[in-house]
Amino acid sequence: MFHWLEKHPFFFAVGVFVVIAFAGLVEILPNFAQASRPVIGTAPYSTLELAGRHVYIKNSCNACHSQLVRPFKSETDRYGHYSLSGEYAYDRPFLWGSKRTGPDLWRVGNYRTTDWHENHMKNPASVVPGSVMPAYKWMFSNKADINTAFAEQLTVAQYFSVPYNQSVPMKDGTTKVVKMGGSVAEANAIALEEAKIIAADMKDQDVKDTVARGEIPEIVALIAYLNSLK
Amino acid sequence: MVNRPLEYDYTIAKMFMLTTIVLGIVGMLIGVILAFQLAFPGVNTILGEGLAEYTNFSRLRPLHTDAVIFGFTLSGVFATWYYVGQRVLKVSMAESALLMFLGKLHFWLYLVVVVAVVVSLFAGVTTSKEYAEFEWPIDIGVVVVWVLFGMSIFGLIGIRREKSLYISVWYYIATFLGIAMLYLFNNMEIPTMLGTSAAGESGIGAWYHSVSMYSGTNDALVQWWYGHNAVAFGFTVPIVAMIYYFLPKESGQAIYSYKLSLLSFWGLMFVYLWAGGHHLLYSTVPDWMQTMGSIFSVILILPSWGSAINMLLTMKGEWQQVAASPLIKFMILASTFYMFSTLEGPIQAIKSVNAIAHFTDWIVGHVHDGVLGWVGFMIMAALFHMAPRVFKREIYSKSLMVAQFWIQTLGVVLYFTSMWIAGITQGMMWRAHDEFGNLAYSFIDTVTVLHPYYVIRGVGGLLYLVGFLMFAYNIYKTMSARPVEDHELQNASPMGA
Repeated sequence: MFHWLEKHPFFFAVGVFVVIAFAGLVEILPNFAQASRPVIGTAPYSTLELAGRHVYIKNSCNACHSQLVRPFKSETDRYGHYSLSGEYAYDRPFLWGSKRTGPDLWRVGNYRTTDWHENHMKNPASVVPGSVMPAYKWMFSNKADINTAFAEQLTVAQYFSVPYNQSVPMKDGTTKVVKMGGSVAEANAIALEEAKIIAADMKDQDVKDTVARGEIPEIVALIAYLNSLK
Repeated sequence: MVNRPLEYDYTIAKMFMLTTIVLGIVGMLIGVILAFQLAFPGVNTILGEGLAEYTNFSRLRPLHTDAVIFGFTLSGVFATWYYVGQRVLKVSMAESALLMFLGKLHFWLYLVVVVAVVVSLFAGVTTSKEYAEFEWPIDIGVVVVWVLFGMSIFGLIGIRREKSLYISVWYYIATFLGIAMLYLFNNMEIPTMLGTSAAGESGIGAWYHSVSMYSGTNDALVQWWYGHNAVAFGFTVPIVAMIYYFLPKESGQAIYSYKLSLLSFWGLMFVYLWAGGHHLLYSTVPDWMQTMGSIFSVILILPSWGSAINMLLTMKGEWQQVAASPLIKFMILASTFYMFSTLEGPIQAIKSVNAIAHFTDWIVGHVHDGVLGWVGFMIMAALFHMAPRVFKREIYSKSLMVAQFWIQTLGVVLYFTSMWIAGITQGMMWRAHDEFGNLAYSFIDTVTVLHPYYVIRGVGGLLYLVGFLMFAYNIYKTMSARPVEDHELQNASPMGA
């Protein structure tokens, strides 16, 4: 058979393809519908949080920080409850990372504050002596891309039925509605309201002035995103 | 064409040899910079605060991996295909104007995509998925380049004189099919400009931005099915194709066992794809998939070692060549590192080992003993073998080759030993509890302890880069300094005797 295949490239290629595709069919497909269901307490990202997530991705924070708490005592002691599949239902893409040069961030919103992040992103070693993380000063002057975040909200609501403007159940029995603007102008207004809350807790006068002018620096969006990780 | 050897046409092989060397230097240089950034964070602002956004670790990291995988390695794969393909199929590229045109188009479009990738990654335009960072416009370019590669493979096969496909061709075909399937499925994404607001606005935001069609756990599953097998079909399969051709050619020995090559080829094809789950141990992926990933990773030792042992046994009775020929040295060390790396990987895929190794530098060490020791050495060996033939000139300096070999070997050893120690140290410190059941170390303790190993790793990487520059210089001098032979060097290797 093998000698015959080696003289018939078409059938050879078909054979190779069947053999390599087999594992994907068996391993990946069965889980698809199940794993994408959110658990109670998981809400979609707001416009500003999503813009912050884009800042996180733009700077490849995931190259050094994981977002996956494994079910070991040492990890739950350090980072909080281990990760559940449904908690990632609105994560497109997933940001688990593959290397922990810095600590896991999946529940960083539980134990770090806006103020801490502000100081840390400006000069990591001043907050954590010995840190090898570079400073991210440009995030204080670059503007967050709210329009793209809004476009992504629209896209996921449209194609994947992500429940924006609908009530989603929270752990304490209440419900929460994550607002998505009806227009670009409204989306920017919603993001700015959120940004003002973050900026109020920050010290950097330039950032405060920028937000007061109606613009949102990347750092504000990023902190909104990090605070949302709980 | 009567009674004389075919004159093969190496135009396109030469073009890809050039990009192999240039992108190799770029990728490895960025790697060395990254290594020293971890050892000395000041290196993040190496070009000043103003450019820190573009020179800091996180922005450069995807550039390093992509330059080495899709720049250096893939160029090497293309270069060797355009050399090996003609020779084992007994047909010259010059015989088909169409294939020649497609080959040139393949090269130039590849270059366009490379430039687009470099610009976009420096700008921070990325999907964040490892080795699949490119946004959808670039993905389309990648697909076109890949289809052209496939047309070249099957086109050349279509007009071949030698009816039986040699082992190397099996592996090139598998490379084409494997990457095509993986890349397409992992990059399923929807451009966000398709979203329409309630007010009827569309085309909002950045036109190149997209959102993954998979979410969370599913996205992770598809990504590591891809990520692991991009390693399989980028770093293993085509490199095995190379060694099956170049080692017998260079040593004058026939492949030890046809049956062993059959077993390892079909075994590798079947088993490799299952193993992606070992990147997701203890994650939220279902347990049975994690276990499958673990088990198949261990089974993977069989076909991997099958190829490697086949190569080593090919040298049976001719081991003096390892001492005499620097080129054989490169290839034997490459297959040894292949064995080493394909044993180390399965060990890391065992769940209890993975609990310590995952997220640490041990994984980085594993990647690099595979890539520096196996992929890098084999591609350089292939180019060393090709250079005298495509340029019709003897290799410029054999002693430079030997020096390069030892410098780079030392570099690889420093690299992986330091990363082993770093990884296991950190993994053990993360999980350590004191006598009262509290965590024994804060996270930063587990970072500062790594400093000496980061320095050693940086030095190891630098040595490898120095060796690669010696390689580039040697090839350059071969092209320019040696007298042209009046015919292609057909049989005797310039390294032999």
